[in-house]
Amino acid sequence: MEKTILEVEDLVTTFKTAGGEVSAVRGISFSLKKGETLCIVGESGCGKSITALSIMGLLAANAKSRGNVHFNGKNLLELKQDEMRKIRGNDISMIFQEPMTALNPTFTIGFQLCEPLLIHRNLSKKAARQKGIDLLKQVGIPMPEKRMKQYPHELSGGMRQRVMIAIALACSPKLLIADEPTTALDVTIQAQILDLLNDLKEEFETSVIMITHDMGVVAEVADRVIVMYAGEVIEEGSVEELFNDPQHPYTRGLLASVPNVDDPEFKLNPIPGTLPNLNEEIRGCRFHPRCPFAMEKCVQASPVQTNRKQNHSVRCWLQEAEADEYSKCQPSSAV
Amino acid sequence: MAGLIIRRVLQLILLLLGISFIVFLSMHIAPGDPADIIGGPTASKEDIEGIRESLGLNEPLMVQYFDYLKGVIHGDFGFSFQTKESVSEALLSRFPNTLNLAIASIIVAIVIGVTAGIISALKHNSWFDGAATVISLAGISIPNFWLGAILILVFAVNLQWFPVGGLTEPFWTVEGMKQLILPAITLGTGSAAMIARMSRSAMLEVIRADYVRTARAKGVKEKTVIMVHCLRNAMIPVITVIGLNFGFLLGGTIITEQVFAINGVGRLMIESIAARDFPMVQGAVLLVATLFVLVNLVVDIVYALIDPRIGFE
Repeated sequence: MEKTILEVEDLVTTFKTAGGEVSAVRGISFSLKKGETLCIVGESGCGKSITALSIMGLLAANAKSRGNVHFNGKNLLELKQDEMRKIRGNDISMIFQEPMTALNPTFTIGFQLCEPLLIHRNLSKKAARQKGIDLLKQVGIPMPEKRMKQYPHELSGGMRQRVMIAIALACSPKLLIADEPTTALDVTIQAQILDLLNDLKEEFETSVIMITHDMGVVAEVADRVIVMYAGEVIEEGSVEELFNDPQHPYTRGLLASVPNVDDPEFKLNPIPGTLPNLNEEIRGCRFHPRCPFAMEKCVQASPVQTNRKQNHSVRCWLQEAEADEYSKCQPSSAV
Repeated sequence: MAGLIIRRVLQLILLLLGISFIVFLSMHIAPGDPADIIGGPTASKEDIEGIRESLGLNEPLMVQYFDYLKGVIHGDFGFSFQTKESVSEALLSRFPNTLNLAIASIIVAIVIGVTAGIISALKHNSWFDGAATVISLAGISIPNFWLGAILILVFAVNLQWFPVGGLTEPFWTVEGMKQLILPAITLGTGSAAMIARMSRSAMLEVIRADYVRTARAKGVKEKTVIMVHCLRNAMIPVITVIGLNFGFLLGGTIITEQVFAINGVGRLMIESIAARDFPMVQGAVLLVATLFVLVNLVVDIVYALIDPRIGFE
């Protein structure tokens, strides 16, 4: 883990809507080293996918990003359409949540798999086909020659996601963004796909941004984790730090919401309330209406980032208080 | 594939039987006696009776129908009461004009409709989209005979760019094309409007699809995203509309042929209905109905070729 390959600085993504401009991502920063797997976790709607699409430049027409996304010495947000197109599928690839709809129903697997090779690698059709067959083998699809001629509807969800992975890895990208790649799959298939991603990551020497809301997935694949809430990064750290010593009440809440089947006494402890609307203005910390530890200060000002250790930072006012004092802090009702 | 075609041909035979019966019945139930018309105002009662006898009109209705069917099976559609010419020959001589007109119209409709629909969808809610919506609505609402008359007035009478009517030259000559343009626009406008609406909504749906985002994520050129990844999926519902419209155009040339004085099947049909020329009307309706069903069969086959999810089983 040496070189930083992606550096996101103060990324803001806004959408123009009938009700005015709303911010989905509110000034987030993070970086990714070569070969690293970064997990972005958070509830649905907290801005994880929008962050990914902002990096890819695949946002809807009514969306706009500002800030810096440095990749390979270029600021992706400043690139022209055509320059960005040459990076997509080549240096940066993406896998989506829904394998059932992510493949074009009217083209063969072979056509869709060979497309990035023909575009970015200038391979001949024959060479692309051979490479396609090899890729299908690599992602563990039996009878690859036959699959090349089949259509997406002839494959199961897990198989289709494997095809998606093969497409994403076709040009050996430096960065792979996987947006909840296992959410739509059966549990047994989920594990297979995660294993496959882990293996291929080593094989292709790819850095991975994995977007998920599943703490189990995080534990399985992550080197580092960032926790997002309502468009902001609220905690960041190595996977060990985050699981062993979570600091932000939201992160603790997320970990407490994971069911534990081994413990018969275990009681699920969900975070009360719901994510605020994108256009909802909240003063101070955006989590304070749901936070059991909210203080006067949390309502008044947005918390600053505090670095606990070299690889662990939190945005929470509780950090300011003495460690033992806040552990005694009684949960109060939401302010 | 073969199974589909055989099944559809069987359906077609049943359908045509039904159509022939209904047309046969409606012509005989409708007021007016062909013998009166053939005999003319001066004919005596005996003359008329003689004509009825010679045409077989005194036989019971079912006997007449089965006699007619027997002939049809042997390829004999009977003879015109009016001109005595063979119905099949009369139809065959007029059909090329009708077919030319229908094909020219559907080409006009597809080119205008699909293009306008795609641009509307790509520039959703733009001034173009709004204008296309209004024009489409007008296109569907404007009656053929009015549009035809206006086009003749403006482009044939005042500007003299095109001839006023007739379709006498082959379509591959400049003259023939000039003769075809105004009637093709007249007949194709309604279809163009329908195809435009359908293309627009189909395209709008497809543009937002996940697999289009996947294509962009692969680095596919925007033009290819639209023309390959989107269009193929969007065309599935549009092809149905095109097929239906082509069927309608084949049968719907009646008014346009009349307005532009084109000697086609539609005009023949009107003249024959006015003259109570039963065999000619029956032949013409059967021809149009057969074509309509055949076009639909072709649409189904094309459909299955475009969309792999539709099997031929």
